[in-house]
Amino acid sequence: MTAPSLSQRPPKVLVTKVGLDGHDRGSRLVAAYLRDAGMEVVYTAPWQEIAAVVKLALEEDVDVIGISSLATDHLLLPQVMAALEEAGLGHVKVVVGGIVPDDEAAELLEAGVARVFHPGSAREDIVETVRRLAEDARSLV
Amino acid sequence: MSEQPVQLPLPGFDRARAEWRQAYAERTGAEKTIRNRSGIEVEPLYTPEDWSAGRYMEDLGFPGEAPMTRGIYASMHRGRTWSQRQLIGFGTPEDYAGRLEKIMAAGASAISLIPCNSVYRGYDVDQVDPVLLGTCGATINTVDDMDTALRAVDIGRVSTAMNDPLPFTLMALLLAVARRRGVPWTKVTGTSNQSDYISHFVANHMFFRLALPGSRRVLTDHIAFCQARVPGWNPLSVVGQHMQQAGATPAEAMGLTLSTAVQYAHDCIARGLDPEVFLPRFTFFFDISISFFEEIAKFRAGRRIWARLVRERFGVRNPKAWRFKSHAQTSGVDLTRQQPLNNIARVAVQAMAGIFGGLQSLHSDAYDEVLSVPTEAAARVAVATQNILRDEAHLTDVIDPLGGSFYVETLTDQMEERIEATLARIDEAGGMYAAVESGLVQALLGESALAFQGRLDRGEETIVGVTAHQAETEAFAAAPLERPDQARIEAQIAKFKAFKAERNQAEVGRALDALASAANSEAENVFEKVVDAAIAEVTHGEICACLRREMGFGQPLVVA
Repeated sequence: MTAPSLSQRPPKVLVTKVGLDGHDRGSRLVAAYLRDAGMEVVYTAPWQEIAAVVKLALEEDVDVIGISSLATDHLLLPQVMAALEEAGLGHVKVVVGGIVPDDEAAELLEAGVARVFHPGSAREDIVETVRRLAEDARSLV
Repeated sequence: MSEQPVQLPLPGFDRARAEWRQAYAERTGAEKTIRNRSGIEVEPLYTPEDWSAGRYMEDLGFPGEAPMTRGIYASMHRGRTWSQRQLIGFGTPEDYAGRLEKIMAAGASAISLIPCNSVYRGYDVDQVDPVLLGTCGATINTVDDMDTALRAVDIGRVSTAMNDPLPFTLMALLLAVARRRGVPWTKVTGTSNQSDYISHFVANHMFFRLALPGSRRVLTDHIAFCQARVPGWNPLSVVGQHMQQAGATPAEAMGLTLSTAVQYAHDCIARGLDPEVFLPRFTFFFDISISFFEEIAKFRAGRRIWARLVRERFGVRNPKAWRFKSHAQTSGVDLTRQQPLNNIARVAVQAMAGIFGGLQSLHSDAYDEVLSVPTEAAARVAVATQNILRDEAHLTDVIDPLGGSFYVETLTDQMEERIEATLARIDEAGGMYAAVESGLVQALLGESALAFQGRLDRGEETIVGVTAHQAETEAFAAAPLERPDQARIEAQIAKFKAFKAERNQAEVGRALDALASAANSEAENVFEKVVDAAIAEVTHGEICACLRREMGFGQPLVVA
């Protein structure tokens, strides 16, 4: 079975926050960007448990997960990646956006995160990257 | 607020104005309209045609006198400059105590306490992933932890500002420590920062803990308790910062903050408290963006409206209640990750706006805040910035030095109109509580955040190093990261577990029962029972869990 192409079904993206912090201006903005670009966005309140993110990704059949981190919650990303892999969602692409120090951004990429966006990342860059990653995710299903 | 400026006899004004207009138009040609962040059109020149001192006594008056536009104290910064209260919080209670001792040795006379994000979420150290513990603040859960954290502090003499959302467990732990050390509560002074649950519900969910009705009850009980038992304490800080950081324009942020304060005042009156007594203890906390003149006008207009509101809506005659006591923090939203040293210039401009705006307390951000939790070196530059502005640049020699500027006074009047419009909108919605219950405020914040991003995307706002003057390569080497030592965190978790195992369990059970019962009985003061629980060695997480169970934990209403 092959997944539908992006022209048949637009990219589906879960925009969420894990851990303890609740600042959501960034996640709300990015959700609006992606929605305006024609993507289907599943948006959650902050403080999601890792298991809840995995469950939602599975149930909603998303292509990409965008996780916003403005404090230190990105430190949980290696655990998120492992949990996705374990649930058979290794094809789902994960991007992170927010305040992530360079050293730790490198560690996230090593753990399998596809891309880390920072304050000042351009709207077009975010939209195009997510679209391309959604395409990759579909090709891996 | 000025209606029409008084016509001054200015011979030749009309002709000179016409000549200037023509000369200006010849040089500039067709111009794009310039608007500030609050949407006010900014003219190229202001004159007595826009503002004159004809209504000086009604609109400005003298510092320390109504309408307080020029400042809330007679001597303002000339007499006593603002408090430099830098936030600190990191690691375990021991780590915090170590840092505190350093800054106290350096001369700090007032302290702040920032707890770990796990504390904000209402959890103890054994309830969250250890990798997150202590990364953003100190892990304080018990009376022992608070005793350790403040081991070098004479809590009967030093004022403590704590980021302590309801049910105010940190203050309860502090009072428990005071009891242990024999310090009377009447000598304990400080401020409950982050007590404004409405701002948490709409704009900064990190601090949000109980559903709205429970929050309303706990806050009014807290104010009542402090008034009766800890009279030197400021139980409330109304937070405009969250609104502005979440996207509100400066005028909207001020309007929503004033609406929130009005709501809390009504709630206190409904509980039988006297506004002549509780209103002087209300304090405010704002964001200072880099929109320099707009921020100055925001503070001046806000002060004027507050002084009027307190007198006219609440009929309060105590002049202390007319004072709009404000702490402000330079806005991290304006700082950039690109060319981060540029942020030092941005913070200096923001801090100047706050100083000219007449604030009482200032926190200036470290330039590396967009990269990580600030390093010590960057925090030193932030404090030095304030010292330079005060001692070298002499910004505090004259009170309200921009008062009487045609532009600043016109803008103050225009900001006042916009702020009043937001207040009226919230009044029409039935007050702030109803307006956040319905999602009106959340929708407003989201729209304004998007509108501002639109201005950036269309190039109407410039950000140096991001949308203009980008550098090809970045020569900046980020400072080494500070993360808590995991072995120390593990030791703290073990210490916490031992504390729980060794306390008098019967007393803990009794205190928790009393807390649950108070949560369900309007006749009791629920915060008093929080304090009793802290004394009985109940932990922070246990207190929060009990109240969540009894009063409900509402997820914030997310309007995306």
